[in-house]
Amino acid sequence: MNAMGQRSRDGTPALQIEDLRKSFGKAEIIRGVNLSIGAGERHAVIGPNGAGKSTLFNLITGRFPPTSGKVRLHGADLAGLAPFQINRMGLSRSFQITNIFPNMTVFENVRCSLLWATGYRYSFWNMVNRSRALTEGAEAILEQINLTSRRNLPAGVLSYAEQRALEIGITIAGGANVIMLDEPTAGMSHSETDYIMDLIRKVTENKTLVMVEHDMGVVFGLADKISVLVYGEIIATGSPEAVRANPKVQEAYLGAVLEAEH
Amino acid sequence: MTSQTQNLSRSRGRAPLVTLSGALPWLICTLFLLLMPLIFTSNSALTIMNQMAITIVFALAYNMLLGQGGMLSFGHAVYMGMGGFMCVHLMNYVEDMSLPIPLPVLPIFGGLFGMGVALIVGSFSTRKAGTVFAMISLGVGELIAACSVIVVAFFGGEEGVSGDRTYGLPVFGIEFLHQIEVYYLTAFWLVLSALLMFLFSRTPIGRMANAVRDNPERAEFLGYSARWVRFYSFVASGFFAGIAGGLFAVNYEILTEENLNLATSGSILLVTFLGGVGFFFGPIIGAILFTLLQTVLSLQTEIWQLYLGVLFVATVMFFPGGLAGVIMMHALPMRLGKAGLLIKPYFKTLVPAVISMAGVAAVLEILYHIRHAALGENEMTLFWVSFDSHSPLPLILAVVAMVAGFWLARRGAPEMAEAWHKANTPDGGAV
Repeated sequence: MNAMGQRSRDGTPALQIEDLRKSFGKAEIIRGVNLSIGAGERHAVIGPNGAGKSTLFNLITGRFPPTSGKVRLHGADLAGLAPFQINRMGLSRSFQITNIFPNMTVFENVRCSLLWATGYRYSFWNMVNRSRALTEGAEAILEQINLTSRRNLPAGVLSYAEQRALEIGITIAGGANVIMLDEPTAGMSHSETDYIMDLIRKVTENKTLVMVEHDMGVVFGLADKISVLVYGEIIATGSPEAVRANPKVQEAYLGAVLEAEH
Repeated sequence: MTSQTQNLSRSRGRAPLVTLSGALPWLICTLFLLLMPLIFTSNSALTIMNQMAITIVFALAYNMLLGQGGMLSFGHAVYMGMGGFMCVHLMNYVEDMSLPIPLPVLPIFGGLFGMGVALIVGSFSTRKAGTVFAMISLGVGELIAACSVIVVAFFGGEEGVSGDRTYGLPVFGIEFLHQIEVYYLTAFWLVLSALLMFLFSRTPIGRMANAVRDNPERAEFLGYSARWVRFYSFVASGFFAGIAGGLFAVNYEILTEENLNLATSGSILLVTFLGGVGFFFGPIIGAILFTLLQTVLSLQTEIWQLYLGVLFVATVMFFPGGLAGVIMMHALPMRLGKAGLLIKPYFKTLVPAVISMAGVAAVLEILYHIRHAALGENEMTLFWVSFDSHSPLPLILAVVAMVAGFWLARRGAPEMAEAWHKANTPDGGAV
């Protein structure tokens, strides 16, 4: 992971997307996206429902193959790579619908997400219980996401907000330096949203963050750059102030959203 | 908290491999295995215990797929059977060429051969879990079972292949002529394989097998290929199934098509599910119960398979966690020190329920006897009582026991449910 961090210092963007396209049947969902996300940036992708934000995430992380175009992680082409290979290169993601291991304990959830990065791979000659590095690593993550008291409960019985926090923990545990979060605060109350926002800020320090989010409070509170995706195209990218002031964005999306929020 | 953390990080490295609480169940089980032949000394008891031990190894191997890896296989008999066939052939080779392979190490070759077959089949069958995996396992199982009459050189056609386990030189003066010697050999391999399988479930790959079972997609986004995780579990499972096959070969000295076919694959699924797939020891209970039913009950009644079928359906419907699940359900009341609350309601509900079930069994047995016994053979024995199956009184008694038992059990059920709820609630509200 350290090697990855050094590579991004020479100015290569952490994530670079070149003319990315994706069609499902005749419908073109992503219509030529170009995007460059620098190392250490906190980048939010916003846009109306159905704009293709989650699809864009799925294309970047290898869940779906793109129809055409390129995705580069620290300069390396991700074409044809499976999710697990992309993850090993230092990119980790969460999902819009909570995606954890419901029958395993909270501790085991986190420990499993540490295994590959700790170098255990497919080994069948090590006992996971014996490794202090794993146990301490998992406990440190639990401490960070405030779930230490839930350590031995099956993850499936946690409250919704706790499960979302756990998923963020799983996502960051492997030490990836590009973190992608898909609507981390969806369906949460105000206080829960504030809690998750603090959590994200804390755990993604010195990392590249890409997130899809609908809550403008979270977007403007966290992001230092925003891209607006409308009908599969990025209509604007820039600092929060610039995007807020952009007339095209006002017209297509933000005007309505900000009005509704006031 | 901080001082604790510092303490931990100072004593870097690893936790001890063996702890007393971890080793204790294994020591007790080993002692139990050593003492069993002293309690049950008859030859038939030894035969049953050998069969049990072999089924336990096979069921534990099967549960590496079903319980731990979430792969439903309909063809796992193949790996046990192939390991067994290999061992019988090896017995014969060793005899013909006087190779220096002593009998006690033979099962490892069964394991390696089972693993080899699993390597080949697993390379394509573990790409997907779920229905695809189940269908491929079924197809491969049937394919290899069909081969047994085609590739006669290896499978010996319809009569199978037989060998002689007393082939080699005696090992420490033991010739393996007697059942008791085979018993201790089997017991040794049982403990060794069970321990290795248990440890496997504690390795990174064993933990990831659970993760892939729960959520293959999430596992992929953690750097693990779900397919490779399944593949490694599958190969390990094939290895231990092969060891079970080797033990079978040593014990019975013959393997036939029956060791490969769908019926054997199906019954191991049944055994494992009955015992409970959610816990490591589940298949052990299942294998013990199944072997007892198969050997002891089948001597008592001709319709034992009906009871087995009902038991299986009832388990699937009401106790999907199997017997191990039922046992572990009581862990919380035990921990809360409230298990005592359950004894009286259990007694009041379960005793009538057992009486009711005995009534049902009696009705079935009497009817079966009336239909199937030879003409004029009216005398039958049931529950240690002999009576005329054609007279109405026994049937009436059985029906009364059935109905009355059911009624009493029904009446006691709410009380049991309440006691159950109470026993599972800690004092002073929820946790």
